[in-house]
Amino acid sequence: MSDQPDVHTHEPDEHDNAYAGLLVNDAHWAFGTDFEDPLAGVDTTVPDGVARADLAAYCLMLADDALILSHRLSEWCSHAPDLEEDIALANVALDLLGQARLLLARAAAADPAVVPSLPEGSPVPDEDALAFFRDARDFRNVRLCEVPNGDFAETVARLLVFSCWRLALLQRLSTSSDAVLAAVAAKGVKEVTYHRDFAGRWFLTLARGTEESRRRLVTALNELWPLYAELFLTHEVEGRVAEVGVGVDPAEVAGEVDVVLDQVLAVSGVERPAAPGLAGVQGKRGRDGMHTEAQSRLLAEMQVVARAHPMGRW
Amino acid sequence: MTMTLDHLQDRAVEVAASVTDPELPMLTLEDLGVLRDVRVAHDGSVTVTITPTYSGCPAMATMRDDLVLRLQQAGFDRVDVAVALAPAWSSDWITERGRRALAEHGISPPGRAPTVTGPVALLLAPTRRDVRCPRCASTDVEVTSEFGSTACRAMYRCRACLEPFDHVKEI
Repeated sequence: MSDQPDVHTHEPDEHDNAYAGLLVNDAHWAFGTDFEDPLAGVDTTVPDGVARADLAAYCLMLADDALILSHRLSEWCSHAPDLEEDIALANVALDLLGQARLLLARAAAADPAVVPSLPEGSPVPDEDALAFFRDARDFRNVRLCEVPNGDFAETVARLLVFSCWRLALLQRLSTSSDAVLAAVAAKGVKEVTYHRDFAGRWFLTLARGTEESRRRLVTALNELWPLYAELFLTHEVEGRVAEVGVGVDPAEVAGEVDVVLDQVLAVSGVERPAAPGLAGVQGKRGRDGMHTEAQSRLLAEMQVVARAHPMGRW
Repeated sequence: MTMTLDHLQDRAVEVAASVTDPELPMLTLEDLGVLRDVRVAHDGSVTVTITPTYSGCPAMATMRDDLVLRLQQAGFDRVDVAVALAPAWSSDWITERGRRALAEHGISPPGRAPTVTGPVALLLAPTRRDVRCPRCASTDVEVTSEFGSTACRAMYRCRACLEPFDHVKEI
């Protein structure tokens, strides 16, 4: 045993530069190295009978619903009522973001014409170009996804309505003749099942909680209700892709979604609102790229950094 | 000395199967059921196929990079990682060895994944699972959240020893 105290010394360079350790194994930096195609190795052949432009537009619709609501949910990060709910909302947002990424990549593979053009040599992958470099009018999400979060009750009410609807769509879509859509949908069913249960339980909890929680929940549902009818309107693209077995006509799921929602409303003792659907602008709605003002504000925040650096490598 | 294709194939499988999950480092990608296929072609290039656990799993890129790195270190110069989206990953694919490793590290392994026929039933009561506390083996546990530190986990607490723990969700 030595009398000397065990003094740890290090090479002068080892700790003087905070970044030195990061350079040892560059492979661990997923966002600094090559950001590969999320559909690497996946067969992206377009099935017979569907126009490429229709398939791409339909993928954008499903992708944009997920992307825009994911962004809204992520706005709760560090603001939720407690840590568990903060983590839960972030998890739901992450699942939807993952679905959006695959669907955007599928849209780009189906019809490269939908991808905004970027400066020559830009490293931005197609799915990011679609997320960050399209204008509000090119987004095809339903308006339910874009309206601001409101309070926790409004977020819960929206997530419940959205999850009931999306789960019904994805379940049918899992037998799509497009192999990529079928796979993304089958995966999404498992995820959205958890989202719907989460939202349903909170809906019930708030409805049966205090007078204040119930008041807020009922107000939230009433305010969102004008956006409900739009979920089941058949856009011409949806009609065409449904006809050839690639997509789902949303009108088909209206009955099923009604039943599930009524189940939650009944247990919660909340009446189904009667407000009529929010009109479009000259008959055009979210699926046509006609959005509320909130969409532009959301995109401005979501896209600003990417748009400032079209040659950026992240 | 030249290795035959069979040897190379065995070696590549062995290396790929030993790569661990970045967020559950007690599990190999094989134990997790994410590693679906490893194939060495005649020209010596390797194609590894993986299936994501969740659509947005941020660990996928790290898994891919780790596979490439480890195989390159083992002498395979050309490595491609492909994604298989179908069939979707199920927690049933976690191996017995993987389940034991999870439990040994304080994470409760998943039960059987539900099979769905017809519309998915809405569940407004807490999910009922046959879960034991990985620390004291008590069944007196309660779920604190269906969402945890990663997409694949729920949070529980044991009412006997009062310790919180993670449970890998059934999907």
